[in-house]
Amino acid sequence: MSHTAPELLTFEDALERFDPAMGLEVHVELNTNTKMFCGCPANFGGEPNTQTCPTCLGLPGSMPVVNGKAVESAIRIGLALNCSIAEWCRFARKNYFYPDMPKNFQTSQYDEPIAFDGWTDVEIIGDEGPETFRVEIERAHMEEDTGKSLHVGGATGRIHGADYSLVDYNRAGIPLIEIVTRPIMGAREKAPAVARAYVAHLRELLLGLGVSDVRMEQGSLRCDVNLSLAPAGDGSLGTRTETKNVNSLRSVERAARYEIGRQAAILAGGGSILQETRHWHEDTGVTTSGREKSDAEDYRYFPEPDLVPVAPAREWVESLRIALPEPPRERRARLQADWGFTDLEMRDTVGAGALPLVEETITAGAAPQAARKWWLSELARRANELGTELSALPITPADVARIQALIDEGAINDKLARQVFEGVLAGEGTPDEVVASRGLAVVSDEGALGEAVDRAIAANPDVAEKIRDGKVAAAGALIGAVMKEMRGQADAGRVRELILERLG
Amino acid sequence: MPDISRDEVRHLADLARIELDDAELDHLAPQLSVILESVASISAVAADEIPPTSHPLPVVNVFREDVVRPSLTAEQALSGAPAVEGQRFLVPRILGDEQ
Ligand SMILES: [Zn+2]
Repeated sequence: MSHTAPELLTFEDALERFDPAMGLEVHVELNTNTKMFCGCPANFGGEPNTQTCPTCLGLPGSMPVVNGKAVESAIRIGLALNCSIAEWCRFARKNYFYPDMPKNFQTSQYDEPIAFDGWTDVEIIGDEGPETFRVEIERAHMEEDTGKSLHVGGATGRIHGADYSLVDYNRAGIPLIEIVTRPIMGAREKAPAVARAYVAHLRELLLGLGVSDVRMEQGSLRCDVNLSLAPAGDGSLGTRTETKNVNSLRSVERAARYEIGRQAAILAGGGSILQETRHWHEDTGVTTSGREKSDAEDYRYFPEPDLVPVAPAREWVESLRIALPEPPRERRARLQADWGFTDLEMRDTVGAGALPLVEETITAGAAPQAARKWWLSELARRANELGTELSALPITPADVARIQALIDEGAINDKLARQVFEGVLAGEGTPDEVVASRGLAVVSDEGALGEAVDRAIAANPDVAEKIRDGKVAAAGALIGAVMKEMRGQADAGRVRELILERLG
Repeated sequence: MPDISRDEVRHLADLARIELDDAELDHLAPQLSVILESVASISAVAADEIPPTSHPLPVVNVFREDVVRPSLTAEQALSGAPAVEGQRFLVPRILGDEQ
């Protein structure tokens, strides 16, 4: 198929003539131990087709049973998004013929979602500082993930032109929550930024709830961007496209921006938008036509006869509501005030994914600025070198707090601390063990230090003479010599004092 | 009374990836209409105050503990597959559709 880029209207021209409306559909894979309707493990990365059973393969006679933990997670997500929780709802069969579901239907929810009518406030950084956008949530419903297809042959390796497909059903049946917004209107030129901020916000919220790994690169959080344009100021909704496969925060923003430019060019040229699924191509930054969107009636939804309704008791819902964690924005504001971080320091900490780590380090006794400094400098650099997340480094917040305590006690200095970090990261043990095994403690033996200072003065008589003449800045050379002799294990401030005592 | 048109049957056949020629459409459309009419006769006895039933038993909230049970081995899972490659189910080329 042809991938030639169609004509685009520049973003600015597009917005002069049209108002974008967006709907965002986010699929979240829950981190339950087992699948939605069977006891197969729900973890990522197993050998192909080793996590299936008669139920998730849709074999005759098998019966699904709902994972109670998944229902609990769905309710907690709904509550965190200020939704109403259904008093009674059912699962439904969404029928379609495609081999990614061996049953020929996906068990989902249709007109009875477990959560509905919610909202969440999203923050974007505009030209005049932070701005809040309220995103209304239409629904959050429970369903199951599909299997994974590998298309073999054909020119592109994609489905079009493939000779055949290979299917792995490990993922089929993993609990999925689909969160659907109402049309987001009035964001104008900020629409792409709002889309990105919404997904980032959801990710933080879900992470706080502990219900999902929310790793976009692994597909445990996926976003479809629905977008339409209407004549500027018209207030109506145009024909929308649904862009799938948008699997990074940056892509969410780019895909929205691209569709605005593409649709605007078609509409400005007198054409009309085809209601269709489109595919986002990360590499080329364009969307291409998928299939025409099936109407809901094509899926012939009907209530799932093999599953009984879900009717969450109000006491259960209320107990889950009370136990919800503090919402991300409130939490950030509270921590920033407690720690005395500037806006920039806070933003960097959050952006680096270091917030929980810094928090735990402070809880373990470190001063806020020290905790921030180690995670965002030394450890961020190491994580970057290793191509891993900060949280995946083999060091705990308690270790970081202990290293800072050793500095505060004067047992080591900043320079030695870097070697302690190195040792802990290399698996050499706790900070104290690394200090002991590498012999890193600062020499606080005044006698040994004094002798080293005397030797340095004797070896550099001309420098000593300058200091005696009042050129205190020359002391640096002697401090360097002493530190070298002590192999860095001395307190440079104390060395300076000793030199000036002798020559001052 | 429901009457299913020839075009609707063609559309359903497309969704089901079944190829039907004109003669088959002519043959099947009236048959499906008869089936639909038979089912629809239920609505003649179901008055407005009777809610549609999707489950025969008045049971709700049947939940399972989130505890892993052994899965099939890949060999077992694939044992009924017509074709296998790379420990995966091999399925024919899928035309004009993508999820
Ligand atoms: Zn299973």
